[in-house]
Amino acid sequence: MLGLNKKDALLFMIVALLVGIAPFLLNPFPEGSSLGQMFNAGYPDLMQRFVIFGILVIGFNILFGLTGYLSFGHAAFLGIGSYSAVWMFKLLGYNIVPAILLSVLVSGVFSLLIGFIALRRTGIYFSILTLAMAQMCFNLAYSVLGNPNSNFNLTNGETGLQVYGNDPQYLMSEGSREIPHLFGLAMRDSYQWEISGWLFTFNTGYYLSGIIMLVAFYLSIRIFRSPFGLMLRAIKSNKQRMNYTGLNARPYALAAFVISGMYAGLAGGLLSSMDPLAGAERMHWTASGEIVIMAILGGVGTLVGPILGSGFIEYFKNILSKINDSLLHQWLSWLPDGLEDGIVWVLHFFVGKGWQLTLGVLFMLVVIFLPGGLVEGGQRVGRLFRRKKGGADGASAKQPAE
Amino acid sequence: MAILEVKGVNKRFGGLQALGNVNLSVQENTVHAIIGPNGAGKSTLLNCLVGKLIPDTGSVMFDGQSVLGRQPFEINQMGISRVFQTPEIFADLTVLENVMIPCFAKRDGAFRMHAIEMVASEKGIREQAEQMLEDVNMLSKLNEHAGSLSRGDKRRLEMAMCLVQEPRLLLLDEPTAGMARADTNNTIDLLKEIHDKRNITMAIIEHDMHVVFSLAQRITVLAQGTPLVEDTPENIKGHPKVREAYLGEAN
Repeated sequence: MLGLNKKDALLFMIVALLVGIAPFLLNPFPEGSSLGQMFNAGYPDLMQRFVIFGILVIGFNILFGLTGYLSFGHAAFLGIGSYSAVWMFKLLGYNIVPAILLSVLVSGVFSLLIGFIALRRTGIYFSILTLAMAQMCFNLAYSVLGNPNSNFNLTNGETGLQVYGNDPQYLMSEGSREIPHLFGLAMRDSYQWEISGWLFTFNTGYYLSGIIMLVAFYLSIRIFRSPFGLMLRAIKSNKQRMNYTGLNARPYALAAFVISGMYAGLAGGLLSSMDPLAGAERMHWTASGEIVIMAILGGVGTLVGPILGSGFIEYFKNILSKINDSLLHQWLSWLPDGLEDGIVWVLHFFVGKGWQLTLGVLFMLVVIFLPGGLVEGGQRVGRLFRRKKGGADGASAKQPAE
Repeated sequence: MAILEVKGVNKRFGGLQALGNVNLSVQENTVHAIIGPNGAGKSTLLNCLVGKLIPDTGSVMFDGQSVLGRQPFEINQMGISRVFQTPEIFADLTVLENVMIPCFAKRDGAFRMHAIEMVASEKGIREQAEQMLEDVNMLSKLNEHAGSLSRGDKRRLEMAMCLVQEPRLLLLDEPTAGMARADTNNTIDLLKEIHDKRNITMAIIEHDMHVVFSLAQRITVLAQGTPLVEDTPENIKGHPKVREAYLGEAN
């Protein structure tokens, strides 16, 4: 189907199905119940982040997973995409089509420049070069090009770039909407379905981003299975042999870098389309690090790994930061008082504002015990079941890490 | 006709004269061995041929065209393939993929953006690769990871990857280094078969005299970066200068 083999087509269908029914899956508890307040994640902004960061990490995985080049500056392209999109809102109007097109284009140009320089080196030096150039982009956006008092204010500095009433918006006509929209379909619009206590939200922006993510995912499967993808894997495996096989590794790596930069730009453009505001913090090196963590957590070089990794991190970021001390006391009230206070005192550092600590620990555990990420975890569980069921044939079912 | 012509090549590494005025010509459809004691400059010479090193002076002509200043991948596209001392293969990929990559390189050149086609639908390339694997008796290992092969099989695979490109000149850097006698003999047979069947010119660097004398039709002896003699194996065997410089120690 769609030119994919059976296994990939099945995988694609499963992902498409999950994207489709996510509003149900992420709201398993009735609205207003304490569990619901805690674990429900079916809000428009959060669901939008799931799929948009999915796009970002899918693109990152084309570079890191296939060629092995670890870019530590991918958030720069996300930021560049965001700024480009907001500029389109400012200059043309709130239709998101030109915004997204420009963000993909501009981040493509930037990744071509940065990739051309950074790909002269490999390994740790490549990572450092991308990190340095991303930080340069961050500083340009944060201060140099963002002075509100100068004539050349591209990024509006700390405040972040946003649309003001006196912006030209040349394509805005009477009656067109004042929020980002796709030919009238506003990204913020939602349809809410209430059914005996449960509340499900179907958000336009989420579904649009979800469809774009599915397209991006489909393209990434095609790239993985194409001769081009094979060449990228050859770069990761043995560059020397590749060179002596008559293949020029540089343009292959550069193409992969630009493609992944454009994915990041697309994600940035979508982020701005959901909320027309772009800030420099999106380009900060910690954001780049988060992309790397998402990719590794999900499973580098696998097809679904990036989606799992970004979903996992975004979900737990949301939940962990919602937990506070009083909630912990409530959960642990069955313990003796002294012990309860002690445990809450320890856990305090891991929840709320300390959510990064928990994610750090989880990341460490995954890297140590599941070097292939969540995908490897899934495969191990799958193999366990198969062995129980089929006896000997489970052991022989050696799967390549896909 | 000489397919490879090396003239007056010099290469210095700091104070060390690695190659001093090397002249060498490899005739088409022959197996030409380059022997010499350790440090004689055999590997340096080979690296000059494939573009890894650029000689200080001199010329290297392949089929009438200079290879100097060209990148290794360009030289490969001209028709020179190289087998390394330790097999260089794509260890993370399957055996079939390993052989398909050179097929793509041969068909599509050094770079082509074929991101929308699928590897699975490249029937011609696949058949070509399978045929090659059959020729080296590795068809049964098609889907194995190349990294998990035995050393002999890795060598065989690397040879297949070079041969599938139908090179005009195959350079072999100690193809039997570190092999047991049985494996060495297998490799000799394989190389003989390749030479007889495919008429591929080979230049081979080798320490093992058994291999050299069972394969080579011409032998060049290098010592301290300069060619000592170039002759047929029969004449080399009895050559007093060679005995002195090399074989004397080996015996």
